[in-house]
Amino acid sequence: MLDYLPFEQPIADIEQQIESLKKLPEPTAESMQKLRHLRKQLADTTRQIYDNLTPWQTVQVARHKNRPHTVDYLSLVFDEFVELHGDKFFRDDRAMRVGFAKLDGRKVLVVGHQKGRNFKDRTENFFGCAHPEGYRKSMSKMRLAAKYHLPIITFIDTPGAYPGIGAEERGQAYVIAENMFEMSRLKTPIVCIVIGEGGSGGALGIGVGDRVAMLQHAYYSVISPEGCAGILWKSGEHAEKAATALKFTSKYLKEFQIVDDVIEEPLGGAHRDHHQTAARIKSYLVKSMKELTACKIDEMLANRYSKFRQMGRYLESSLADEEQTNSTAQFNGAIG
Amino acid sequence: MSTSETDFSEELAARRKKGIPPGLWVACPGCKKAIFRKEIDKRLGVCPECDFHYYVSAKTRLEQLLDEGTFVECDNNLLPVDPLTFADQKPYVERLKAEQKKTGLTDAVITGTGMIRARRVAIGVTDSAFIMGSMGSVVGERLARLVERAEVQKLPLIIVSASGGGARMHEGILSLMQMAKVSAALARFDQAGGLFISVLTNPTMGGVAASFASLGDVIIAEPKALIGFAGPRTIEATIRMKLPNDFQTSEFLLEHGYIDRIVRRPNLKSEIARIIDYCHG
Ligand SMILES: [Zn+2]
Repeated sequence: MLDYLPFEQPIADIEQQIESLKKLPEPTAESMQKLRHLRKQLADTTRQIYDNLTPWQTVQVARHKNRPHTVDYLSLVFDEFVELHGDKFFRDDRAMRVGFAKLDGRKVLVVGHQKGRNFKDRTENFFGCAHPEGYRKSMSKMRLAAKYHLPIITFIDTPGAYPGIGAEERGQAYVIAENMFEMSRLKTPIVCIVIGEGGSGGALGIGVGDRVAMLQHAYYSVISPEGCAGILWKSGEHAEKAATALKFTSKYLKEFQIVDDVIEEPLGGAHRDHHQTAARIKSYLVKSMKELTACKIDEMLANRYSKFRQMGRYLESSLADEEQTNSTAQFNGAIG
Repeated sequence: MSTSETDFSEELAARRKKGIPPGLWVACPGCKKAIFRKEIDKRLGVCPECDFHYYVSAKTRLEQLLDEGTFVECDNNLLPVDPLTFADQKPYVERLKAEQKKTGLTDAVITGTGMIRARRVAIGVTDSAFIMGSMGSVVGERLARLVERAEVQKLPLIIVSASGGGARMHEGILSLMQMAKVSAALARFDQAGGLFISVLTNPTMGGVAASFASLGDVIIAEPKALIGFAGPRTIEATIRMKLPNDFQTSEFLLEHGYIDRIVRRPNLKSEIARIIDYCHG
């Protein structure tokens, strides 16, 4: 049984009607006809809702408790998974899963945030918020992968890096910086996919690669909508407004050239069909790996650099050039 | 819950007042004594009684660190835009104009080249007075160009951070990506053998702490600066505990092994020159 989100009520209603029709002991021609009609209505309604998700609804879908997580893709996309637990530093961070895997016969390393499904898992996994030891573990294994030319695949799904005393004591800021710094130059192909929540620095800490993709209803943001609302609107209750203002849905991220590709989700979202979602991710990964491994490594690294190097929007004005000369002169005058 | 943004403006306001207030006498927020303003100015914005380090602007910082008349600014023609047409209680374009007017800066960083005791360096300074020193596209681009310039001209690189705001929310995901952009530029600079000295001043938080500020070959901090990833309020809300007093200070970071030295402002220039000589001499 699905857990319906508030805006999915029309879907819930139709599905309930379908269920009760299916329970009829003797299906009649009339009931069969009704059922066909309802199924079409269901598809249309679902499409209508999911084609028009608001940013805030997208956040709810991205956080849906039945949405496939990293461990689901580990079993559905890959032929095997050999988990590597050790960060050789503090402890095994269950919010970050790392290990060898086989993708369509190709040896790879997979790194992914893991949220957990039930309360016990979620608590153990810190709700997908990794600590410094998680980032350190990922980096030590990514270095290992690069040493043996294994391509790296990362699954991003986190509300953000863990905010806590221990996390600060063990260098949360430093490990995220270090991960981006090293990932930008690791000599092996890297493909990153935002599968649910792309929560700021905690997401980007495993988000630097040759290809960055996101699932259609995932979001990827500088800050959570609640956090943004708390700071700029002085109350987390304005999260819906912040969600709209931040333009963090896949459509915008493609437009801003932050992600290379958007992987379409099955009708009604990834949580309605794990297998179909996994199949689409798999075919995206297989295709990307084929393209990247055909590339010369130096060329690939140059492309990776320029891909991130060109991110951002600003005005480069020649008018300002003249002003600059003036202000530099004034400024130098002020100093001298 | 967690963000690369920070939210400590109130704490900050309570713990350390900005700037040196006008007037002949100043009530020091560090020791609560009335201090003769000239005595603070003479010590580069440091209280003679309690060593409280006042806010100094990026321009003043450059004057303090560089040899007179040696600074040449770069990339001042890069100007911020409003890629998201973002508006909270105030449209971002208006906020930008107001901040520009207030600070005399075009964005939150000044970059260029200059001399530190006759050693040529590439230098960038962020200014916490401009939208809390947060990093948007212009800050990221100016810094990335500065790093590339340092690489080409084989100059030691100095970045002084004063950024409580982390990655700037008003430019959304584009701001977040500046963290990756500048970090990638620094990785190339490192590969080429460049020396990067990162100087952390009050405050250095969020996405700035979690990118270039942490990537120095040598990391120096001014005393009692607030430095960290998550904002104290976010942490308190998450763990529902009062935070220890020295939490996320320079001293806390030194104790936990994340910075190399704590250097008082009057000694900063000579300390930087000394480190350059060990690595570039
Ligand atoms: Zn004082």
